Amino acid sequence: MSASLPAEDILVDLASVDFAYDTRPILSGINLRIPRGKLVAIMGGSGCGKTTLLRLIGGQLKPTAGKLVVAGQDMAALSRRDMYSLRRRMGMLFQFGALFTDLNVFDNVAFPLREHTDLPPDMIRDLVMMKLHAVGLRGAHKLMPAELSGGMARRVALARAVALDPMLVMYDEPFAGLDPISLAVIGQLIRRLNDALGASSIMVTHDVQESLDIVDYLYFLSAGRVVAEGTPDEIRSSTDPFVRQFVNAEIDGPLPFHFPGDDYRQTLMDRRT
Amino acid sequence: MIARILRSMGARTVDGIWRLGFASRFFLAVLMRSGTSFARFPLTISEIFSTGVLSLIIILVSGFFVGLVLGLQGYETLQRYGSSDALGILVALSLVRELGPVVAGLLFASRAGSALTAEIGLMKTTEQLKAMDMMAVDPIARVVAPRFWGGVISMPLLASLFSTMGVFGAWFIGVVFIGVDDGAFWSQMQAAVDFRYDIVNGVIKSVVFGFAVSLIAVFEGYDSAPTAEGVSRAITRTVVNSALTILALDFVLTSFMFRGNG
Amino acid sequence: MNRTVLDLWVGVFVAIGVAAVLFLALKVGNLSSANIGETYRLQANFDNIGGLKPRAPVKSSGVVVGRVTEITFDPKLYVAVVRMDVDKRYSFPRDTIFTILTSGLLGEQYVGLEVGGDEEVLKPGDTVNRNKTQGAVVLEKLISQFMFNKAAESPKAPEQ
Repeated sequence: MSASLPAEDILVDLASVDFAYDTRPILSGINLRIPRGKLVAIMGGSGCGKTTLLRLIGGQLKPTAGKLVVAGQDMAALSRRDMYSLRRRMGMLFQFGALFTDLNVFDNVAFPLREHTDLPPDMIRDLVMMKLHAVGLRGAHKLMPAELSGGMARRVALARAVALDPMLVMYDEPFAGLDPISLAVIGQLIRRLNDALGASSIMVTHDVQESLDIVDYLYFLSAGRVVAEGTPDEIRSSTDPFVRQFVNAEIDGPLPFHFPGDDYRQTLMDRRT
Repeated sequence: MIARILRSMGARTVDGIWRLGFASRFFLAVLMRSGTSFARFPLTISEIFSTGVLSLIIILVSGFFVGLVLGLQGYETLQRYGSSDALGILVALSLVRELGPVVAGLLFASRAGSALTAEIGLMKTTEQLKAMDMMAVDPIARVVAPRFWGGVISMPLLASLFSTMGVFGAWFIGVVFIGVDDGAFWSQMQAAVDFRYDIVNGVIKSVVFGFAVSLIAVFEGYDSAPTAEGVSRAITRTVVNSALTILALDFVLTSFMFRGNG
Repeated sequence: MNRTVLDLWVGVFVAIGVAAVLFLALKVGNLSSANIGETYRLQANFDNIGGLKPRAPVKSSGVVVGRVTEITFDPKLYVAVVRMDVDKRYSFPRDTIFTILTSGLLGEQYVGLEVGGDEEVLKPGDTVNRNKTQGAVVLEKLISQFMFNKAAESPKAPEQ
């Protein structure tokens, strides 16, 4: 599907990207494309390099090999200043919201507006209230982050991430640690915001069922590689063993239960280790 | 056994030098990105509040008590030689040259420095710094530099207040309680304390300590491991390293400033 | 915290901090008494300066009129050369005696000026020669002198 799209419709393009911390490889040979206007999920078990992938796209890490292009710009060649001007058009929702704990809800959402625009206070107030209204928390604008529940904090962070109407929104585990109702609320919000802003979204998650309902396309990552991809319908009907294991939440399969280690019996016999 | 001790010593040395280099580069980065702290001075004012104003009580009270003790002990010693009139000199010189900058620096490190480390460390742990960076706001310019300059500005003022309270404390115990002559107390003090030699050097010391403690505090916070344990270790390192740095710097500065020709 | 309250507190803090510096400079230190007005340079040769140090006060009738700036040794005349800055408001007759004195038994040493009666005054840059100065009193010399005098007074003493 993605191969047939014209180049200008691709917002994020990763071509055989490698990444390693020192000598420990995290990602290898990643080919991944995010078309404009679409909501794409990157799925995989914990520790498979999903968050690293987001940080690469956000420019907080540099790929060790391969080419990473965002909005037509090669991320490896960008200066600090250009990187920052590109990031102004990106929004990111961190795993636990990452709200500024010394600012209240209003000031948190106003933060990017105040840092990057010279808008008068009245207009900032209106914009912040619009964003907070979109996530349903207009009435909570005076609360401090410590007074919010996990789901509310996530929604405030979402309002902050889209405060500058970004072209690309990234979500790092938006569903982690939420109750089923908050989870559904966040899922619907992500979809609605994507369509309302005309933005593209990348969602890193391991919550299969919720994602299948809202996204346009999915990539499956395992051990630093893309192992499967497709639209939700393709994934549902896939016979790929990895996808089956992941979608049906089976304990053992291509993704082993055990972390690679020495032989179990050998470990028990060998007292010295 | 010996090889292992040597190896761990070597590892510690390499690690220490590496951290020192990293800290110097961090210091340069803070200096080069300090524009925001002054272009948007309200940011720095907020930090002067949390480092300076919130340390006021402990500095004023400690200064007063140190002055009381100096007054008592100084009188006790001086009156044996019949020179209790020199109490003012003793108290003022020890406070202005040494105790003011050093004790205020130590208090500043444990009150404000630890708070700075905790704040920045916690912002790092909860990914607030990363979030800021992703919003195209430089965390060093926006978070670290104002805190650093807030500390640098607060420290000399706190040290001067400490010395002043100390002199008042000694005056209170010496003149009001014990009955040292008021005129002798002040005039002997004025005759012996030189503005350039004693007071300016004391202020220079406190400025240097302010730079050192603020840098250590923001560096340890920024460099802390992003866990609860990492932050608590960073706070401990801030207090310990600040104390050692203050005392070592004090020795170096004193040996350059006061060469015994006063 | 409210922005104006915060600004107010910081303002109060900076104000009392600056007040503390001023207090130290004016009340604890000597900024108010010394360093005021301009000075002129005088030079005096002493045969012995004892423990005199730079920055020691120069006093006349007990009033501080200047400070010692530099002490050197003249290798030709074999004397100590003491340079001092004296307040421009005061001028002293040419026959003023410069003496190195000690305040109290264990106090600091200073240069005392005993004013003479000459019409002419010392001009900036003048050097006072050894015949108009009196060096520090060395305790050992004083004691041996005293013993010597005693011995001379009572000729029987050596036999005992």
